Amino acid sequence: MTSIPDAKAPAGEVVLEAIGLTKHFPVRRKLRDLFSHRHDVVHAVDDVDLTLRRGQVVALVGESGSGKSTIARLLAQLYPRTGGDIQLHGETTKVRGGAAFRRYCSQVQMIFQDPFASLNPTHTIRYHLTRSLKIHGNAGTTASDLAQALDDLLERVQLTPPERYLDKFPHELSGGQRQRVAIARALGAGPEALLADEPVSMLDVSIRLGVLNLLRDLRDRLDLAILYITHDIASARYFADQTMVMYAGRLVEGGDSETVTQSPAHPYTKLLIHSAPDPDRMIGGSEAEGEDAGNGEPPSLIHPPTGCRFHPRCPVAMERCRTDLPVPLQIGDVPGHWAACWLYDSDDKAEVKQ
Amino acid sequence: MSSTPVLEIRNLNVEYGLGDQAVRAVRDVNLTLHRGEVLGLAGESGSGKSTLAYGMTRLLAPPGVITGGEVIYHPEKGEAYDVLGLSDRHLQAFRWAETAIVFQGAMNSLNPVHKISTQLTDVLRAHRPEMSEAARNARAREMLKLVGIAADRMEAYPHQLSGGMRQRVMIGMALILQPQVVIMDEPTTALDVVMQRQILGQLIELRERLGFSVIFITHDLSLLVEFSNRIAIMYGGRIVEEAAAAAIYKDSLHPYSQGLLGSFPSLRGPRRELTGIPGTPPDLKGMPSGCSFHPRCPKAFEPCSTNIPVLARPDDSPRSVACWLHPVKEPVG
Repeated sequence: MTSIPDAKAPAGEVVLEAIGLTKHFPVRRKLRDLFSHRHDVVHAVDDVDLTLRRGQVVALVGESGSGKSTIARLLAQLYPRTGGDIQLHGETTKVRGGAAFRRYCSQVQMIFQDPFASLNPTHTIRYHLTRSLKIHGNAGTTASDLAQALDDLLERVQLTPPERYLDKFPHELSGGQRQRVAIARALGAGPEALLADEPVSMLDVSIRLGVLNLLRDLRDRLDLAILYITHDIASARYFADQTMVMYAGRLVEGGDSETVTQSPAHPYTKLLIHSAPDPDRMIGGSEAEGEDAGNGEPPSLIHPPTGCRFHPRCPVAMERCRTDLPVPLQIGDVPGHWAACWLYDSDDKAEVKQ
Repeated sequence: MSSTPVLEIRNLNVEYGLGDQAVRAVRDVNLTLHRGEVLGLAGESGSGKSTLAYGMTRLLAPPGVITGGEVIYHPEKGEAYDVLGLSDRHLQAFRWAETAIVFQGAMNSLNPVHKISTQLTDVLRAHRPEMSEAARNARAREMLKLVGIAADRMEAYPHQLSGGMRQRVMIGMALILQPQVVIMDEPTTALDVVMQRQILGQLIELRERLGFSVIFITHDLSLLVEFSNRIAIMYGGRIVEEAAAAAIYKDSLHPYSQGLLGSFPSLRGPRRELTGIPGTPPDLKGMPSGCSFHPRCPKAFEPCSTNIPVLARPDDSPRSVACWLHPVKEPVG
C-alpha cells in the first residue's frame, strides 16, 4: 500500500516492504493426476503488500490457516517466495542461505510462538545469547565486552539482575521469562525489524500484557519496526499502530488500528470483531441479534473461491463478488483506511492501488 | 434456572505423587453446580482447574490421588450419592450417562481410524445394550443434527471433517446419553474466534432446550463473563472468588480477579494502558505461605503472608471471596 497516505505522518522510514508477495505450496500429486496436466497448489499467500516502518507496530490479524505465519516466514526468508518482492531499505532481497542469509538475519529477526520449543533445553541462557551476539558480530573483542553485552541484553528485556538468569537452563524459567530470553536473543543480532509470530499466545493470560508492553517499550527505545502476528484482534488494537486483516491468503482490510477495530469496513473484519469475546454482551442479552454476520468456514486454498474469497460466507455478497477480485478501496475520509470489498466501490472513489 | 444443586463439591483435595514429594494441586475446594446453569471455572495454567474437573469425575490418572472431600451428585430421580464412593460398576454406569466431559483439544480425541457413526454408536452400545442397531443409528443421526452437522457426514472419518465440525461431534457425543452435567475443559481453545462463538452459542441454546448443567473451564475470562451464569476463579489450587458473572465483571473483590480482568485488552471503550499481573504464577511445589497470591498482589498487607484467607461471604449477597481485604462474616458450607 505504498501509495496510500499514512494515517500518521510517515515519521518512520520504511525498513521492510513486501510488494505483491505470493507463496504457493505444491500439493503432492495423486496417481490419477500424473496423466493430466494438473499441478495443484495451496494458495497460502496471494498478492500481499505490507510496509514495516521504523518505530511502528503493524499487526496482522487472521484465523489459523489464513497465511499470516507464512508471511512472517517469507519475510524472514525461511521460505523462498513464489512471486512478488521483499525489499529491505528499498532494495530487492535475494537470499539463498549462506552469508547473504546471515546478513539479512542481522537486520530482520523473528520471535516464535512457543518459547518452550524455541530455546534449546540443553544449553544455558548465556549460551543462547552469546551465540546470537557472536554470529552477528556484536560480541565485541574481549571477554568483558561480551559480559557487558549479555548484561545489556537481559536488562533490555527486564530480566534483572542478569546474573540470576545467565546460567539458568530454559526449564528453570517460566514461559514469560523464556519468551523474554527469546526476545533478547533476537535483539542480540541488533535487528531493525522484528517479526513476532503470535509471541504471547502460548503464555499465561496474566503475563501476556507484560510481554506486549515490553515489545512496545523496545519499539520506542530502539526504534524497531515490528510485525505482530495474532489471531486476537483486541490485542492488535491494544498494541499495534496499524492493523491488517487477512482472510484466506489475502489482505482484506488495513489501516490505523483504532479505525479498523472501531469502524470496520470489510464484512469479514466485522464478523471477526463480532465474534471476539465481549464481556459487555452478557448471556441472554443481545445474543440474538447480529447472528447473520456470516457463518461457515474458511475455504479450501487449493481451489479458492473466484472473485472475493469471502463471498461464500458473506451476508452481503453481490453478483460481482463471485467473479471479480476486489481491489483495495479507500474507506471514508480516514487516510490510510482501506478495504478490498466491492461494497465500497463507487465512481467518485478512486482505486487506491496502482 | 432453579437453585437446586446437581453437583456439590465439598472440601475436595487432590495431590500428585505421594508422601513428601506430593504436590497439592487442588486444595479444599467447595463448589456447587445448580441445575441448568453454566458455571465458569477460570484460572491460569497450573491453577488446578483441569485437575478439579478430573478429580470430581474420578478421571485422574496416577500419580493423581484424591486425598479428601466429597462430590455429591443429585440424580434427577432418587437419592443423592457421593461419586467418590462409587464402586467400579456403578462408576461405569455413572460416567457419560450422568456426567459427560469434553476434553481439552477435543478435536483430536476422536479415533482417526473409525467412522463418526461407529464412534457415536459405540457409546450407546456400551450404555444402552437393549437398543437395536437401527435405533442406535437413528439416535446418532439425531445428535449430529442437533449440533448442526448434516446426517450424511455419519460415514465420514474424522480427518474428513474440519476442526469445528470435529468439536461439534465431540459435543454431540457428550450429550448422546442426555447427561445432567457436562464438563467442558477448554473446549474451544484450538478454534478460531468465529467458530468458537458459533459452537458456544449453539451449546447455550442446547442447554436451554435440554436442561443440562455445564461446567465451563477456560483461561479466557472475558469469554466466561459472556457465556456463563456464575464464575469461580482459581489460583494456586484454591477458589479465590465466586460470584455471578456480572458481579465478577463489574465489581470483582479479589485483587487476582481484578488483575485477570485487566489482562484482556478491550475492543471497545477508550484504549488504555494495561499492565497484566506482575510476577509469575506460583509453583505448586513451593507455594507461598498465607494467601498464595500475596507475592504478586498490589494490595497485600500484613496478614496475607502468614494466614490463609478462607472463602467466605463478605456481605449478604450470594457471592464469596477469599481475601483478607474482605473479612469473613459468614463461612460458606
